[in-house]
Amino acid sequence: MTPALIIARLTFLEAVRRRIALAAFLLGVAFLVLYGIGFYFMYTESGIPAPNEPTANVLRSQIFNFLTNAGMYGVNFLAIAMGALVSADTLAGEIGSGTIQSIVTKPVRRAEVVLGKWLGFAGLLALYLLLMAGGVFVIVYAIAGYRVPNPAAGLGIIYLESLLIMSITLACSSTFSTLATGGVVFGLYGVAFIGGWVEQIGTLLRNQTAINIGILSSLLTPSEALFRRAAFEMTSPVAQSLGLSFGPSFVVSVPSPLMIVYAVGYTVAAVALALRQFSGRDL
Amino acid sequence: MTFAIETNALRKEFGENVAVRGLSLQVKQGEVFGFLGPNGAGKTTSIKMMLGLVTPTSGSGSLLGKPLGDVAARAKIGFLPEHFRFHDWLTAREFLTLHGQLYGMKADRLRARLTELLELVGLAPFRHKQLRTFSKGMLQRVGLAQALLNEPALVFLDEPTSGLDPVGRRLVRDIIRDLKAKGTTIFLNSHLLSEIEITCDRVAFIKHGEVVRVSELKTLVNGETGVTLRAGKLTPDAIAGLAHWGRDMRVDGDHITLTVSEEAALPAITRHLVAHGAEVYALTPQRLSLEESFIQIVGTDGGL
Repeated sequence: MTPALIIARLTFLEAVRRRIALAAFLLGVAFLVLYGIGFYFMYTESGIPAPNEPTANVLRSQIFNFLTNAGMYGVNFLAIAMGALVSADTLAGEIGSGTIQSIVTKPVRRAEVVLGKWLGFAGLLALYLLLMAGGVFVIVYAIAGYRVPNPAAGLGIIYLESLLIMSITLACSSTFSTLATGGVVFGLYGVAFIGGWVEQIGTLLRNQTAINIGILSSLLTPSEALFRRAAFEMTSPVAQSLGLSFGPSFVVSVPSPLMIVYAVGYTVAAVALALRQFSGRDL
Repeated sequence: MTFAIETNALRKEFGENVAVRGLSLQVKQGEVFGFLGPNGAGKTTSIKMMLGLVTPTSGSGSLLGKPLGDVAARAKIGFLPEHFRFHDWLTAREFLTLHGQLYGMKADRLRARLTELLELVGLAPFRHKQLRTFSKGMLQRVGLAQALLNEPALVFLDEPTSGLDPVGRRLVRDIIRDLKAKGTTIFLNSHLLSEIEITCDRVAFIKHGEVVRVSELKTLVNGETGVTLRAGKLTPDAIAGLAHWGRDMRVDGDHITLTVSEEAALPAITRHLVAHGAEVYALTPQRLSLEESFIQIVGTDGGL
């Protein structure tokens, strides 16, 4: 086994042994239960038209799309939080406690340690996302018979988003303390969150300055923009053509596919920064 | 000859602070080398530079003939860090397996070494326990096993006995002796001078991040020795004859103190006294201990 894979497995094992995985799983299940209950009551008690009524299909698909994307927004947030939380302490913590010393004095490149950790977290995030998004998809199908369009594309984008946040966190963690890392990443996420809203409202009010601020914030942290793209992907073509896809982030302006390319580049750059910082620093 | 460790004017600055001024050392292969110096003299930073944990500001060096930082050379190097903090959610066996894999060891060899080493450090009964349940001494033992997994040619031990009780310390001494018998080079950083005195061939004293003296341990502790002797029925002849072996003699009843030039004088003194009809009760060399050498060389200011 290569050193990077040994470290990846160790990272996985750590999440399990330190009950991080268990905590995330239990919270995830709690979220799904809550979501399922909420969805069930909204479905049965809010007068959603029966499938045989005129124009019912368009309306039904709009409402289900809204509810699904609301769920996915929760999943998205949890995946980002998970990506940031598991990786914030990983390098900073090991440098602080000194556990890293007996690792990097083995015949292992420091870059392999960082890549191994990245791979481990990427695996954890994939599992988590599959479980959570799968839960949402199953719930809406079981209760309302609604099939989410393009689940793979939507999930792929959300996965990219969680990888991006995790990579930024890893880069910070290779340089700053755990607390500072948490502060920086939370701040970046906050900027994206607010910026996303500013852009949406700006679009509704046709205010170009607000839109530009939103775009700038999306370039700083593309997380919200990526979610809007993912939500758009998971919207039926009919709703897409109406130009409005409902979700808690009211996707009125859909980021272009270029944003995905940008996010991939951003992720690669963050990983490269993590490698460079960790390889050069004194431990 | 290639040295196991060679450094040329290694220097490390942290901002304004000079941690190591210019470390030049040569450690021969198969040697047990002690590294002594007061707190803050730059010992740990020096070791970290040698192991590639810290990048030197200037200077160069090599381990086992390979330049510092060479990744492949680390396959033959073992290291017990000073603050042996390990992933404590692993069991002892998992921990050693992880490190063996990082050394790139083959599965069968690793398995054999695991059994052997867990036995050696006395942790075999605890191999399935998580490290978080271990005492400081147990952690140090498992750390030591970790440093020896790959049957290294060169081992760095940074304060290997700081958490150990007397039994553990003796274990470490025995391990060092066995390693030496196998030709392993050992670089030992320890505060416990008695430890260094028992195990090392040579010692380096460092102060302000510079080597102030490198010395064979034998010449350091086997030089001039004060001797206290207590004997009955001492004749003036017997007392006068002692001047042959030593100087600065003081006689106080049946107690005599004098300084001899080497330890070898002691049996001759005993024979002389017995031949002159004296009854020898005690003959105690007041050796100039390593501690005194340490203070002489490094100074009482502790290098501050």
